[in-house]
Amino acid sequence: MYTAAAFAVLVAMLLALFRAFAGPTLYDRILAVNVFGTKTVLLIAVVGFMMGRPDFLDIVMVYALMNFISVIGILRFFEYTAKNVEVREE
Amino acid sequence: MKTQTLGLVILLVIFWLVNSGHYTPLILGLGVASIGLVVLVARRMNVVDEESIPFHLSRELPAYYLWLLKELVISNYQVVRRIWQFGLKLNPAIESIDITQDSDMGRVILANSISLTPGTITTSITAESITVHALDRSSIAALKNGDMGARIRRLTR
Amino acid sequence: MEGILNIVSWFLLVFGGFLCISGAVGLLRFPDFFTRMHAASVTDTLATAMILIGLFIQAESWLVQVKLVMVLLFVLLTSPTAGHALVMAALHAGLEPVLPKQKQASVEAGR
Repeated sequence: MYTAAAFAVLVAMLLALFRAFAGPTLYDRILAVNVFGTKTVLLIAVVGFMMGRPDFLDIVMVYALMNFISVIGILRFFEYTAKNVEVREE
Repeated sequence: MKTQTLGLVILLVIFWLVNSGHYTPLILGLGVASIGLVVLVARRMNVVDEESIPFHLSRELPAYYLWLLKELVISNYQVVRRIWQFGLKLNPAIESIDITQDSDMGRVILANSISLTPGTITTSITAESITVHALDRSSIAALKNGDMGARIRRLTR
Repeated sequence: MEGILNIVSWFLLVFGGFLCISGAVGLLRFPDFFTRMHAASVTDTLATAMILIGLFIQAESWLVQVKLVMVLLFVLLTSPTAGHALVMAALHAGLEPVLPKQKQASVEAGR
């Protein structure tokens, strides 16, 4: 049953990657990366249980933190530098 | 400030003990040191107050969480139904809604609850109103007539 | 009792997986950034909650269970903040939500 859940999460990660590649705006890509990060959190947790090593949860917690902070950091970065970059939809 | 600091220390001690799982003198000593450092930094930053450690909410909070969970399930169902339907029939809308919260805490809880439920997201917030983008026009009407605001008023009173 | 709990946790894991895929499909299908945000929040809330609660039932020690609850609370508390920051940044950069034509007038008045 863990395998089914892990597989579902992996498929969802793949779809999120498609959106990250397709764009079309910068913010679509950041959103896709954020979703991808949340899925990674779930995937690590499920795989940890699948392999009988719930210690993976420590990594899960660190990853959840990193995911949040990286999204905020990236947004902060582009808020100041994206003035000259075309961010509207083509 | 005194009770909040004490509360922060207790929370951090529980957090450390639960996360560590090793109870040797060295690790416990490191724990005491890091908790002391965190409390010191937090007090220097002036963030230890009723806003960051809202003990006065804790009695009402579980009931609100349960109600929010029910709302989450309902709105998730609505969004998932729209995702899988043939020939996307979306009716997105953006509108500002008057709010009646008199505390900052109430406004923040309201905005975050709206963002948390799928189908609606807060785009901006002022003292009198919030602007909400919704996947469907009906969810904005539901927000206007709903009792989320009244519940949060009761929570933060 | 054991059997019932097992079935419940399997159901939660599989249904959580289904919601994950639903959110990602919505992310691909929906027409503009703002509607995609709504699809993304499906995965952030109920899918995460279901999978983590499914694992919670399977966990053997209470330390693991407490950690699962902490991860869940953390995700639930941060996802609206991240979403709000994203929307604010997008609006700030001049991204306009795609709206049905006939409603345009009332939207201008509403903002």
